[in-house]
Amino acid sequence: MTQHIRTESLGLPDVGGPAQPLLIVRDLKKHFPVRSGLMGKAEKVHAVDGVSFRIGKGETLGIVGESGCGKSTTTRLLLDLTRRDAGEIIFDGRGLGGGRDGISLKELRRGMQMVFQDSSTSLNPRARILDIVMFPLRAAGVDRTKARDRASMLLDRVGLHPQAFGHRFAHELSGGQRQRVNIARALATAPRLVILDEAVSALDKSVEADVLNLLADLKAEEGLTYLFISHDLGVVREVSDRVMVMYLGQIAEIGPAETIYDRPGHPYTRALLAAVPSLDPAKQIAEPPLKGDPPNPINPEPGCRFRARCPYAEGVCKAIDPAPVPVGEVEISCHMCNRASGHSQAADWLDALTKETADA
Amino acid sequence: MTMTQLQSASPSVSAAAKAPGYWRSVGQRLMRDRVGIASALVLLAIVVSALAAPLIAPHDPNSGSVMTRLSPIGTPGHLLGTDATGRDILSRLIWGGRLSLLSGITPVVLATLIGGTLGIIAGMSGRLVNGIIMRITDIFFAFPSILLAVAISGVLGNGLGNTLVSLTVVFVPQVLRVAESATVQIARQDYVDAARATTASRLLIMTSQVLPNVLSPILVFATSLIAVSLVVAAGLNFIGLGVAPPAAEWGSMLNELRDAIYINPTLSILPGVMIVATSVCFNLLSDSLGSAMNIRETDK
Repeated sequence: MTQHIRTESLGLPDVGGPAQPLLIVRDLKKHFPVRSGLMGKAEKVHAVDGVSFRIGKGETLGIVGESGCGKSTTTRLLLDLTRRDAGEIIFDGRGLGGGRDGISLKELRRGMQMVFQDSSTSLNPRARILDIVMFPLRAAGVDRTKARDRASMLLDRVGLHPQAFGHRFAHELSGGQRQRVNIARALATAPRLVILDEAVSALDKSVEADVLNLLADLKAEEGLTYLFISHDLGVVREVSDRVMVMYLGQIAEIGPAETIYDRPGHPYTRALLAAVPSLDPAKQIAEPPLKGDPPNPINPEPGCRFRARCPYAEGVCKAIDPAPVPVGEVEISCHMCNRASGHSQAADWLDALTKETADA
Repeated sequence: MTMTQLQSASPSVSAAAKAPGYWRSVGQRLMRDRVGIASALVLLAIVVSALAAPLIAPHDPNSGSVMTRLSPIGTPGHLLGTDATGRDILSRLIWGGRLSLLSGITPVVLATLIGGTLGIIAGMSGRLVNGIIMRITDIFFAFPSILLAVAISGVLGNGLGNTLVSLTVVFVPQVLRVAESATVQIARQDYVDAARATTASRLLIMTSQVLPNVLSPILVFATSLIAVSLVVAAGLNFIGLGVAPPAAEWGSMLNELRDAIYINPTLSILPGVMIVATSVCFNLLSDSLGSAMNIRETDK
């Protein structure tokens, strides 16, 4: 028999019912100011530029994209670790900072927690493991004895024996063990949404599999919802129900994982997936599908962000920002997926995409 | 894992929580460091002899006979000789330790409390507060520390209290800068973000996450600052900006024995030896403390 992490005293109640998405994000924006030199003009890095998505209860949403595409900034904005410039965050139907019916930041931070990427810097080097897991509980006002019992239970649930590990320091643990501590800490206040920001990326493959299994078990047993961020496309496919592909602070494509991996609709997703090395000789490629780095996100010009590296770029891509277009269950921000956009290949592209869907 | 196992786990965890703490492990590592132990023992001897001066000093430090003036080292009854007015140098060195240590250590303690607090606040504050605190600090850095100490003492006038004030003013900006840069570095770490992502207050984050991690660089720096402070304090006394003349203090003794350098050079070196020995020991102790406090060196 396993002791549940969910408790009535700590967790937030399910307000909206199963149909209400656990998290709705609307038009999230963060532009970091940068100044070149003392007298240089103030410029803005468009780190996150109008990101909207929703996560259903019990779902895992995967976010993929190259370094610097705004994945991590998005997670920091959700927890208000970085103040957002614009955008709405709605947790279980209650808007953050939304007055009387809204949700306070304190409540949000009990309902939503994060597992950090680097296990060596995300644990206080001068605190014992048990104290690290106790900290969110103590901060929430749980008394010491109860917090200690719960922290022991959490350590046990993530596969670390509290007697053997509770009194140790972070540097005395392996990377995988530290990440388990990270998970235990994130689960301390019984959150319903857990953000996993590259949570397994720094681990050995075998350890990564262990931690992924642990995450899957916890999700199944506790009814958790995950926001899973990784640059490892294979892992994201494995764990995600839906996937969101980000490019330069915007969403290129979002939809069910199977559909996106089998029939990517956005040229960027296609290139990203083609870049995954294959063991199948027939699928091996000589040329990298994507060349160069993403363009500078400082004061980007209007139009599609991907056009500089896109083999299909045309005049319309330079002139107009592509709006997300639904193609089946997927939403794609590409002019080729919109017959009315004026892109010369729009019809062919869409026909090919729908034909693939019909064949599947 | 069954419920019974879970319940049995809890009490033993509380027992484990009483296992050697961080500070005890620092102490254990310090005990293994021979240089650290040696310098700590020398310092202990100096401090104890200064505290026990009335008991162990062979003569009255402030009275002497002109008949026995400038006796060399090894004179019976005056082990380390006598000064120009015939006062016993050994007694004066023992008594002098009181004022010298007091004026060397007190300013650093005060500066660590003031500068450390301000530095942590500056490091955790936004641009504006940080900018104000750090730019004011920069002004003090425009002056060499000894010059600044002399200038402030000169303005305030003679006396022990004023020496302490002027040295504190000189050292606050130095501690402040170390504390600020350590705090800025720590505040960027993921574990501070993880703490911020909970419902913890700023004060709790500061005391539980930031303070324990910035304490060791601040303490190590403060210990090495004592070495500097001792020399600067002695310097102020040497040029007559410190304690009033009859009182024994290493810096002013050095000045009094300056004239004897042509007659009996070894005598005039003695107060200097005390200053250097104490200063070097504090420096070595600071080094040992630095490595003992480095958490990554555990178990190696």
